[in-house]
Amino acid sequence: MAPNQPLTESEVEAIRRDFPILQQEVNGFPLAYLDSGATSQRPRQVLDAERRFLEHDNAAVHRGAHTLAALSTDAFEEARATVAGFIGAAAPAEVVWTANATDALNLVAYGIANASRGRGGAAAERFRIGPGDEVLVTEAEHHANLVPWQELAALTGATLRWVPVADDGTWTAEDAVALVTDRTKVVAFAHVSNVTGMIAPVSAVVAAAHAHGALVVLDACQSAPHRPLDVQALGVDFAAFSGHKMLGPNGIGVLWGRRELLDALPPFRTGGSMITTVTMEHSEFMPAPERFEAGTQPVSQAVALGEAVRYLQGIGMERVRAHEEHLARLMLDGLAAIPGVRTVGPAAGVPRSGLVSFDVDGVHAHDVSQYLDAQGIAVRSGHHCAQPLHRRLGLVATSRASTYVHTTEQDVDRFLTAVGEIRAYFGATA
Amino acid sequence: MTALDSLYQQVILDHAKARHGDRALPDADAEHFERNPTCGDEITVRVRLEPGSDRIAEVAWQGDGCSISMASASVLTDMAVGRTVPELLALTEEFRTMMRSRGSGEPDEDVLEDLVAFHGVSKFVMRVKCGMLAWVAAEAAAREATAV
Repeated sequence: MAPNQPLTESEVEAIRRDFPILQQEVNGFPLAYLDSGATSQRPRQVLDAERRFLEHDNAAVHRGAHTLAALSTDAFEEARATVAGFIGAAAPAEVVWTANATDALNLVAYGIANASRGRGGAAAERFRIGPGDEVLVTEAEHHANLVPWQELAALTGATLRWVPVADDGTWTAEDAVALVTDRTKVVAFAHVSNVTGMIAPVSAVVAAAHAHGALVVLDACQSAPHRPLDVQALGVDFAAFSGHKMLGPNGIGVLWGRRELLDALPPFRTGGSMITTVTMEHSEFMPAPERFEAGTQPVSQAVALGEAVRYLQGIGMERVRAHEEHLARLMLDGLAAIPGVRTVGPAAGVPRSGLVSFDVDGVHAHDVSQYLDAQGIAVRSGHHCAQPLHRRLGLVATSRASTYVHTTEQDVDRFLTAVGEIRAYFGATA
Repeated sequence: MTALDSLYQQVILDHAKARHGDRALPDADAEHFERNPTCGDEITVRVRLEPGSDRIAEVAWQGDGCSISMASASVLTDMAVGRTVPELLALTEEFRTMMRSRGSGEPDEDVLEDLVAFHGVSKFVMRVKCGMLAWVAAEAAAREATAV
């Protein structure tokens, strides 16, 4: 099969057999799990890898001299190398383990805040920001890529600015580039919006940011799991994503950063395992990634995330993308044909990821998801941690269907049929 | 009856559309805002008492939310008017007990009237807060209206 073709029916069926959670009925119907954008399910390969590690190799990493300590350290570092290869990092040391993407983004924001207070010495001066400087985000950001920057601005006296979105929730390279000036020190945005599915014009924003000496932080939560990600090709400076959204466990996430930046950024969490020399007065920190990995690490989770990455590589990320974009088109076309249903996000024909947020006129998003749940169809409802975006769209909440490697056309058909029944059930068609 | 129909009783669907009390109340004695941060549902409930009395003369609310929360606010408006504040607080406790029952027991229709329609909601733990939202706001507003 060509590397950019959607998965065939038999391939998806084979994948589905790997997911124990999909082999059940929910409320009397086969589970149609359309909420991978919130958290993904784990194939047995990932579950088995974590269990195997815990049953054979588990020990504290990077300390101790016994056999299991060596085995667990090897597994931990091998997982790091696997993730580094998956995202096109220059070296495994550019991959920092975090609890999740939120944690990773906080690590960068608070690292910059610490540099702005003089921590990190001369090497960290490049990160210093203060009054008159600007941090630029977009109005479409997930709270995880907004609130830490609000805090950074409040701590340093810098100004938070944002790229406004259009009526459909999208923004353009021109909108962003117009706001990048010599004052701009950090530009942070999502590679793929968790609400609109919009794919950001990364290279144009990176070019403008770098021309003005600003750092680019990419929230890759909705891209790393669903499409090829090459951080060096994109040219960004930092990228963050979560394991649990890419077939891996909770409690493990990734911050990728360019090596020279990571080695210069002051740590935000300090303690054991991240130091070289400690006296009662002073401590020296290790280089990246260890300088950011204080305390006991989520080792089995990292090992399982490595396995999740291998699982995705086995399918091929170009094919994952093609499969999900195909399903997104089916959902968009199907929803467009249902009276009273409005989708948000890029106009028809514009590339987008495999998630669709929508509003059913006269029916609240919670009632929409409750109705679908009664038929075993799991979708997300609410503001998807993007209140400013919903406010801009004039909606309190939307429902969101999101796909993954195990999603079938039949899942989408069942979803569309059920959405078509909702307004009549709630008496909203009058 | 399907599980879905036990959640969305006709009484609830009717009240969700009728939205009794969905309006401003400029001469309110007290008001209280409640928000469910997990889903974004929000409501402001306003209470006006009869002059020199703790009897509720008028209840009105403004808000946005799912059919369960809007229907519950509509039923609140119907049931609160004419009761004293202590009577409303007692009724709220009865309602809260039913909403925490996870579908067990048999609600007392003589006491709860239209609120018995929400018995099915108590089986859906994720929706209990929706059902209680207006009542929690009314409870606070009623207390404030009678605070000396």
